[in-house]
Amino acid sequence: MTEMFRDKIDISLTVNGEPVEARVPAGQHLVDFLRGELGLTGAHASCEHGVCGACTLKVDGKAVRGCLMLAAQADGADVWTVEGLSDLGAIKDLQDVFVERNALQCGFCTPGMLVAINELLEAGGMPSRDQIREHLSGNYCRCTGYEAIVDAVESVARVRAHKGAA
Amino acid sequence: MKASAGGYARASSLRNALEMLAASDGNGRVLAGGQSLVAALNLRLSAGDVLIDISRLSELSGVTETQDGLRIGALTSHAEIGRNPLIRQSAPLLSQAVEFIAHAAIRNRGTMGGALAHADPAAEFPACVLALGATLHVEGLNGSRDIPVEDFFQDIFETAIEEGEILTGLSVPKAEPGEKQVIVEVARRSGDYALAGVCLVTRADGHRLSLFSVGPKPVLAEGAMAALDQGNIDGAVQALQAEIDPPSDTQASAAYRRHLAGVLLRRAAARIEGGNA
Ligand SMILES: Cc1cc2nc3c(=O)[nH]c(=O)nc-3n(C[C@H](O)[C@H](O)[C@H](O)COP(=O)(O)OP(=O)(O)OC[C@H]3O[C@@H](n4cnc5c(N)ncnc54)[C@H](O)[C@@H]3O)c2cc1C
Ligand code: FES
Ligand code: FES
Repeated sequence: MTEMFRDKIDISLTVNGEPVEARVPAGQHLVDFLRGELGLTGAHASCEHGVCGACTLKVDGKAVRGCLMLAAQADGADVWTVEGLSDLGAIKDLQDVFVERNALQCGFCTPGMLVAINELLEAGGMPSRDQIREHLSGNYCRCTGYEAIVDAVESVARVRAHKGAA
Repeated sequence: MKASAGGYARASSLRNALEMLAASDGNGRVLAGGQSLVAALNLRLSAGDVLIDISRLSELSGVTETQDGLRIGALTSHAEIGRNPLIRQSAPLLSQAVEFIAHAAIRNRGTMGGALAHADPAAEFPACVLALGATLHVEGLNGSRDIPVEDFFQDIFETAIEEGEILTGLSVPKAEPGEKQVIVEVARRSGDYALAGVCLVTRADGHRLSLFSVGPKPVLAEGAMAALDQGNIDGAVQALQAEIDPPSDTQASAAYRRHLAGVLLRRAAARIEGGNA
């Protein structure tokens, strides 16, 4: 049995477009691996049981909880953090409007918010305020009261929808 | 907190997963979406398990049409259940339920099989498959078994899956023409577990009514079903009270849950009557 089950697992994956190889402990969360081993501290570890959304990452094209996925499970995966999405410029409009609308204060929840919103906006169309709220229902913000965040998402969605239509 | 795991291995096939489970001396834990299991490891509710990662077994994922129903693979994600056209058409209760389950990022990884095997009495899918009259398929090294849903959920977090077995999927009958299926619940925040919830299905041969978050396992409320068959909604609400034994906890008192169950039953019945189900 000891040969079957490992407490250190070799993984190779891409993170923000760059190949990464590592040996990770069996119980390590993906978000801790990114933060501790790769220095990508954008995604935050907070509640560590899936409730707050601060650890949200993009894995194989989908938003997932970085605290509910093991690093070992990311073998072969394509992982994007807020750093990578920022470098690509993929969320620049969103980031600008977050600043403009005061949609963040301390910024702790912001990386998780941006990754979650990115998934919603990539789906296309013009989400209603209710749909925006529903999509962000899994992301806590202890500062803003959410109204400014919903405003920001709505205005970016509107601009993107117009561009798409033009 | 940080997860504590006794080891990890990724299964290459169902057979391989079953062999690892057998070799784990009772310490093996199947890891599907991890949306409950990794949370439990993080909270140290569970420690020292060796994790058998089945999440990449494509043979256990997907929805197919059979002669009289749908077969849903255990690893089909909540998100996939939510957008699958076959499910929307033939088991709309499940599509509706997804909107109540957790949050988008969790639905991307959480699986139908994980939710059923986990058997949280507050979870939506167990009550849905009870209302639909599903059959659960499990497999062990010695072969496979089909378990009627009425025998599957046994107690809080306890199912008829035996040691060494893996849930491979489930079959649900296709909705008949004119059949209505409705799920309603009350939760404190969108995506949180419900304080109480109701699934109601109307078929030519009668109603099926199940409840969640009102006892140690999902409840098929047969007394209330019989009253509904007679068109007696007050009688159904009354019968329901004798069929549930809700817990009191920090979220809600037993009395409040009891009250909610009756309100939700009326709401579900009204939705079906109103034809917008
Ligand atoms: C913040 C949060 C909110 C949530 N809210 C809800 C909610 O409102 N409603 C709801 O229903 N759920 C909710 N969930 C739970 C979520 O739906 C989980 O995805 C689901 O319960 C477990 O599925 P999984 O695939 O992630 O299973 P895992 O976490 O991988 O496994 C759960 C358990 O089932 C066992 N298991 C998994 N697959 C199999 C199999 N094929 N055969 C045998 N055993 C198996 C595992 O060994 C483990 O014991 C929530 C979770 C979180 C983190
Ligand atoms: S840290 Fe992952 S959801 Fe809170
Ligand atoms: S900006 Fe502070 S938690 Fe959201």
